[in-house]
Amino acid sequence: MIGFLRRILLIDIFKGLALTLRYTYSKVYTEQYPREKVKLAERYRGAPRLNNDPETGETLCISCDLCAEACPEDLIVVSSVRDPESRKKVLTEYTFDTSRCLFCGLCQEVCPTNAIELTQDFELATYDRKSMLWNRARLEKGWDRIEGHKVYHK
Amino acid sequence: MDEPTILDAQELEINMGPQHPATHGVLRVKLKLDGERVLDADCVIGYLHRGVEKISENRTYTKCLPYYDRTDYIAAVSNALGYVLGVEKLMEIEVPERAVTVRIMMTEFNRIASHLLWLATHALDIGALTVFLYCFREREEILKLFENLFGARLTTHAFRIGGLWMDLPPGFEEAARKFIDEFPARVDEYEQLLTNNRIWIDRTKGIGVISGEEAIDYGLSGPPLRGSGVPYDLRRSRPYGGYDQYEFDVPVGLNGDTYDRYLIRMEEMRQSRRIIQQTLDRLPGGPIRGKVPRIIKPPVGEYYSGIEGPRGELGYYIVSDGSAFPFRVRIRPPTFINLQALKRLVKGHLVADVIAIIGTLDVVLGEIDR
Ligand code: SF4
Ligand code: SF4
Repeated sequence: MIGFLRRILLIDIFKGLALTLRYTYSKVYTEQYPREKVKLAERYRGAPRLNNDPETGETLCISCDLCAEACPEDLIVVSSVRDPESRKKVLTEYTFDTSRCLFCGLCQEVCPTNAIELTQDFELATYDRKSMLWNRARLEKGWDRIEGHKVYHK
Repeated sequence: MDEPTILDAQELEINMGPQHPATHGVLRVKLKLDGERVLDADCVIGYLHRGVEKISENRTYTKCLPYYDRTDYIAAVSNALGYVLGVEKLMEIEVPERAVTVRIMMTEFNRIASHLLWLATHALDIGALTVFLYCFREREEILKLFENLFGARLTTHAFRIGGLWMDLPPGFEEAARKFIDEFPARVDEYEQLLTNNRIWIDRTKGIGVISGEEAIDYGLSGPPLRGSGVPYDLRRSRPYGGYDQYEFDVPVGLNGDTYDRYLIRMEEMRQSRRIIQQTLDRLPGGPIRGKVPRIIKPPVGEYYSGIEGPRGELGYYIVSDGSAFPFRVRIRPPTFINLQALKRLVKGHLVADVIAIIGTLDVVLGEIDR
């Protein structure tokens, strides 16, 4: 009998409607993404950056090639020459192919000097494949500071 | 006699998918219809094949791990757990207690996230849009936790062989506690919208019925198996990774229909929450990574590591030939095997129910095709 009444009077449907009605007047949860910049976690693995020493401005990379070894996709190429005086390796070029990157973070995990780092920038879309191959200059600048990349949020 | 036309046709063969939104990816189902009624169904898969198993043969044990995130992309944390447990067993690596606890906590969070996504899309397919939005709100909270701990939301690369990548970030425990405190009320809300809803009951009760014996014969696992009344949960039947120390119930269904499988998943979310509560209460201190050799070279041997993923038994069969590269990693994807039952389940139902049945099997095509 009770079941029948519930069915006739659509009690359960109205219960559901009451819930949705309550939400109509509650706080909006959605983030307005392109207008508001999303705040990402500190550990987020996004666009790569090759860090410079903040004091001297020299690159932190010691050309040890560990990142290239650790990368599952073999997409990092580190080129270096040996300085004849100090016998140290000097970085000449560093390329990073963002189109093939898994953003797994293994490269930054092995880097002994924290030179290669995956940053919080994630808007990596470009119009052609060529510009997904990042060279040293671009990596050192970092994605957020590259001129000409579209600004989505003011 | 006139030429036969389409109007005379007794049987009609149509394609559902691969670009059909309700097939949850790129599944193509060839349906043989008599009017609205389904006579037969054939699945065509492989549109998303990337050869993850083959790729693993050419990567070291450490480098394989990110690829498994991309098989079942909705339960990436579970995928990682199955594989790392296997490699650790092969190499006899001791994992510190803290890492073990965090692993269980995160896999359970992942189970909730995965079930939420399932509920959202399943309800959406059947026609309940509101639940979709509510579920995504809760799932977003879990993804934020993932982002804070693992550094990514979906392809988490969650665990490392021997432990974790980094320790819990500051504020993580509070955020996790806040989530699990609020969560039961949320599940009640979903149930308020669906469980007694006439439309929902009519669309799911008695749809896709499979008996327990038959489910075992088909090799089903996870909620589709438990929905038919078989209490088989690997966390209980063959505990792995420290699950034997936690208290939880394994819900089972009675009728083996879509409605029962829905109820089971709802209850599983509550049980997962219970496990998370226990992990948070006991979370021990200490290191997060065990003693792992620099180069991971398991001794010659093979090991099958099976875990209870959100969709069923997820297994990694790892064969080592003693080198730094796995000789073979065979993945036993739960949904690949659950999907076989589709042909059996849809027979005699209407086309609209096919959607409900695909939904209730909770298929993820990234995992089926690998
Ligand atoms: S994030 Fe992973 S795939 Fe990308 S460069 Fe680093 S190691 Fe390679
Ligand atoms: S691991 Fe670090 S220091 Fe070594 S080559 Fe790569 S970026 Fe440079």
